[in-house]
Amino acid sequence: MPKLTVNDIEVDVEDGSTVLHACEAAGIEIPRFCYHDRLSIAGNCRMCLVDMERAPKPIASCAMPAGDGMVIRTDTDRVKKAREGVMEFLLINHPLDCPICDQGGECDLQDQAMGYGLDGSRFSENKRAVDNKHMGPLISTVMTRCIHCTRCVRFATEVAGVPELGAIGRGETMEITTYLEKTLTSELSANVIDLCPVGALTSRPYAFTARPWELNKTESIDVMDAVGSNIRVDARGAQVMRVLPRLNEDVNEEWISDKTRYAIDGLRRQRLDRPYARGRDGKLHSISWEEALKTVAGKLRKAKASRVAAIAGDQCDAESMFALKSLMARLGSPHLDCRQDGAKIGGARSGYLFNSTIAGIDDADALLIIGSNPRVEAAVLNARIRRNWLATQMPVAIIGDNVDLTYAAQWLGVEAALLDDVLSGNNKFAAKLKKAKRPMIIIGMGALTRRDGASVLGRARQIAEAYGVVTDKWNGFNILHNAAARVAGLDMGLVPGRDGMDVAGMAAAAKAGRLDVLWALGADEIDYSDFASSFVIYQGHHGDAGAHHADIVLPGAAYTEKDGIYLNTEGRVQYANRAAFPPGEAREDWAIIRAVSGAIGKSIGMDSLAEVRDALCEAVPHFAMPDQIDAVKWAKFGGRAKLSSKPVTSAIENFYMTCAISRASETMAECRRAQQADAKGAVAAE
Amino acid sequence: MLKDQDRIFTNIYGWAEPGLKAAKARGDWDGTAKLLKLGHDEIVERIKTSGLRGRGGAGFPTGLKWSFMPKEVKGRPHYLVVNADESEPGTCKDRDIIRHEPHKLLEGCVVAGFAMRSHAAYIYIRGEFVNEARRLQTAIDEAYDAGLLGKNAAKSGWDFDVYLHRGAGAYICGEETALLESLEGKKGQPRLKPPFPAGVGLYGCPTTVNNVESIAVAPTILRRGASWFAGLGKENNTGTKLFCISGHVNKPCNVEEEMGIPLRELLEKHAGGVRGGWDNLLAVIPGGSSTPLMPIDVCADITMDFDALREVGTGLGTAGIIVMDKSTDIVKAIARLSYFYKHESCGQCTPCREGTGWMWRMMERLVQGEAESHEIDTLEQVTRQIEGHTICALGDAAAWPIQGLIKHFRPEIERRIAARHAINAVAAAE
Repeated sequence: MPKLTVNDIEVDVEDGSTVLHACEAAGIEIPRFCYHDRLSIAGNCRMCLVDMERAPKPIASCAMPAGDGMVIRTDTDRVKKAREGVMEFLLINHPLDCPICDQGGECDLQDQAMGYGLDGSRFSENKRAVDNKHMGPLISTVMTRCIHCTRCVRFATEVAGVPELGAIGRGETMEITTYLEKTLTSELSANVIDLCPVGALTSRPYAFTARPWELNKTESIDVMDAVGSNIRVDARGAQVMRVLPRLNEDVNEEWISDKTRYAIDGLRRQRLDRPYARGRDGKLHSISWEEALKTVAGKLRKAKASRVAAIAGDQCDAESMFALKSLMARLGSPHLDCRQDGAKIGGARSGYLFNSTIAGIDDADALLIIGSNPRVEAAVLNARIRRNWLATQMPVAIIGDNVDLTYAAQWLGVEAALLDDVLSGNNKFAAKLKKAKRPMIIIGMGALTRRDGASVLGRARQIAEAYGVVTDKWNGFNILHNAAARVAGLDMGLVPGRDGMDVAGMAAAAKAGRLDVLWALGADEIDYSDFASSFVIYQGHHGDAGAHHADIVLPGAAYTEKDGIYLNTEGRVQYANRAAFPPGEAREDWAIIRAVSGAIGKSIGMDSLAEVRDALCEAVPHFAMPDQIDAVKWAKFGGRAKLSSKPVTSAIENFYMTCAISRASETMAECRRAQQADAKGAVAAE
Repeated sequence: MLKDQDRIFTNIYGWAEPGLKAAKARGDWDGTAKLLKLGHDEIVERIKTSGLRGRGGAGFPTGLKWSFMPKEVKGRPHYLVVNADESEPGTCKDRDIIRHEPHKLLEGCVVAGFAMRSHAAYIYIRGEFVNEARRLQTAIDEAYDAGLLGKNAAKSGWDFDVYLHRGAGAYICGEETALLESLEGKKGQPRLKPPFPAGVGLYGCPTTVNNVESIAVAPTILRRGASWFAGLGKENNTGTKLFCISGHVNKPCNVEEEMGIPLRELLEKHAGGVRGGWDNLLAVIPGGSSTPLMPIDVCADITMDFDALREVGTGLGTAGIIVMDKSTDIVKAIARLSYFYKHESCGQCTPCREGTGWMWRMMERLVQGEAESHEIDTLEQVTRQIEGHTICALGDAAAWPIQGLIKHFRPEIERRIAARHAINAVAAAE
């Protein structure tokens, strides 16, 4: 551990630290533009220059390894001059267009110019102007503002794994651009907007819509995938203006996927803002809440409990699912399910969690992916796999679609039977798995939603046991969910009770005319044509598949409009907060269910969100422990039947449209179009 | 003045053939195996004793540089890289070495490579040197055919390969770490130091980058003895050096001379004197375009060596001497150099990327006098803001010529500004 002196303050820093870290440890702020904790060191902005004893010139603190006995000064005249000099150089060719720049108010250059710059300009030549570059539908560019810090280039190359950004030209004519001005083919592309220290790369959908100081900032949790990325929701009045990542080292670090960031314009379209009922003409007509409650209560009162079922969707908060479960219990129906896609999971927690935790990916030394494309199913998590691979060249193999995951992965094939080969050691990857000390298996929903999903799960468990994937100190057996609500649903037992039907069973019963009422809580991914004969109560926030087939629509709140608990794929309990109010007459979902229960006369109690949470935490104690993950007990789960010959594929084909919100989003549609156009262009070019 | 028998580059003018046979007749490849018998460390020690300082411009002691290489080869191979990307305006010595004495360089590669325990040398040659690259490749082929390179090079028991790589015409690739990047196939931009190439160099392996001349003189130094070389020149500035004399002299030339020779003697003995006589001299740039110029009064009794030139605020650099007589528009000349550095800045780090363009534009205005006199101070400050704040030395190289100009020719700049103001005033009055 090197010991340094910074401005007469002695500090100890970790081995491998830089002088910049040492200065920070001493509580001294070092201005910087190019340096970023999660990217390689470029040392090109020269803003972080400090004085080192015996050095003839100031040193770049971001790049200088901290050495024992170094004497650093940041308060000398020479340092001050150096910073002023660099600042002046950065500004001479930077347009002074802050009033019309979207970065204004949250611009590193603006802030640091205030802190370290001079007050006037001595530059009387013409300023440089640079053509803007096309970087796709998400990133707006004003390249004249670029200060060439190369953070975006390093992010694309290192973190996102798409080496499509770079600098062309040299000297003052150097320009940052994408390869042939194509859209970045990364699911994480918009993170370059956060990284850009100036207004060169800004958010295109958010362009000129708000200033940072006008926004209410709410810390929340993302529901676009099951990673549970920590986000900050910025709203102005009732409108969510943008979503930004929030730091959580164990989950998303400081990245979020493009869908997490940009699907929010879907929150403004196709919204269910008042109750609807289907009239005799087959069309939905708006009704009052009173009528709605009366109708629903009437139907439920009339129906036999065994002919009532409930399905919870993929983005439900735990509270509303718990309320729904309580209601079904009061009604006496065992028919409930939270697995719209029919995934054959449930039971022992170790059989449906990402047991190693997301941070545990960093420790893995071999990885087998079964029926998943983590790049689109959990883009941020995939970046972590890539980082491990970059650092260790960890062997990775896929059973499923042969896709580019941004790291080298050996494609074993699409047959489920390959699992038997791996298990018996009769596969080229088996030896690598055997050799690994902390091997990891990731099983996606593509493998588990098959008819033989339970057997795939069972086979994977056998492999895990045979190859040391699960030991006393390590559990690399991981299920990768796609639904943000799934783990919470399974944890609270939102699955068929005794003699209860799962989603497939309900569909069969409905087709046979044995299901009178279906309560669909935010469920848009099921085939409603099966439920034509049932009375469908759809509770949700978007006019998507569910509302189109519903007999009555109860308008609920989207994830930004309610306080809610979500459990990510690791089983991590996280609390989301309300950033805006639901539109129109829409209400928070638990309250709707509570009101219906009252109208039937079978109240579930729980008169406030706090009471719902109390009851939930009493029923399932770990819901009360946010951000804490305890190791779960290993159990025997999964089936043993023969595996079918159907190819294993991943569950998500179109990254940009996976839920009612993202399907309603124009931005996501535009991204999809750009992706398809580029793919077409690539084929044409060949 | 250097005696003929003390010359190392006896064929620098190409009066004899460059081929292997003629080179051998001149003494190249003579007992190379015996030189290698000295052992790795002894060779380094002897080069240290000889006092040879790097001929690429910075003047870092060559033997010391070699000694930075790890003493054992562990896992990663060692590499010798020869910097033949000679692009400094005013410098053309490496070019003549490659043209007329390529075998001196190749033998030097074997000796130096052996000394630093490497089995391969990469010669990175400037892209514009098309014929030179051909000639060097011919020499390499000859040496392979004669068993002087390759397995058991020159029957020394040491395997040694030499690869020639052509650059693409960027000045910055003459900076050693940018050269390594370029050699690896990347964009030629200097690396951050530390780590230094001796630790992490080409392909992440220990590497030493040397100038052509530094490598080419090594075998002769070993053959004739370190004390012979150390006996030439001045203390701490020993040996002989190729000087490239261009500009307003009667006979521009490359000439090998002793270090520490007085500039005036050098010009008059070898270059036929300044055009129009010594008194017609305006200024001399002593070490390639990046070194600050010296006015005539400094030139009168300056000696050409690293330390003496440093004392008067300039440097020996590559010893590319650019002579300018009184007919020179000195401001315009320096403005042209500013353009060069602006054009060649790689754009990686802020002060150089932004500063070189700013300096050049100001210089262009100063040529015309279209400026205020306080802008001379602004320009001076801008050069100070660049100097020492960049990743590599190109920023310094761009700043120094202007600093030299302002230091010695400020009255000339002020005169132009005043003259332009007078004209402008008249124009405004009309």
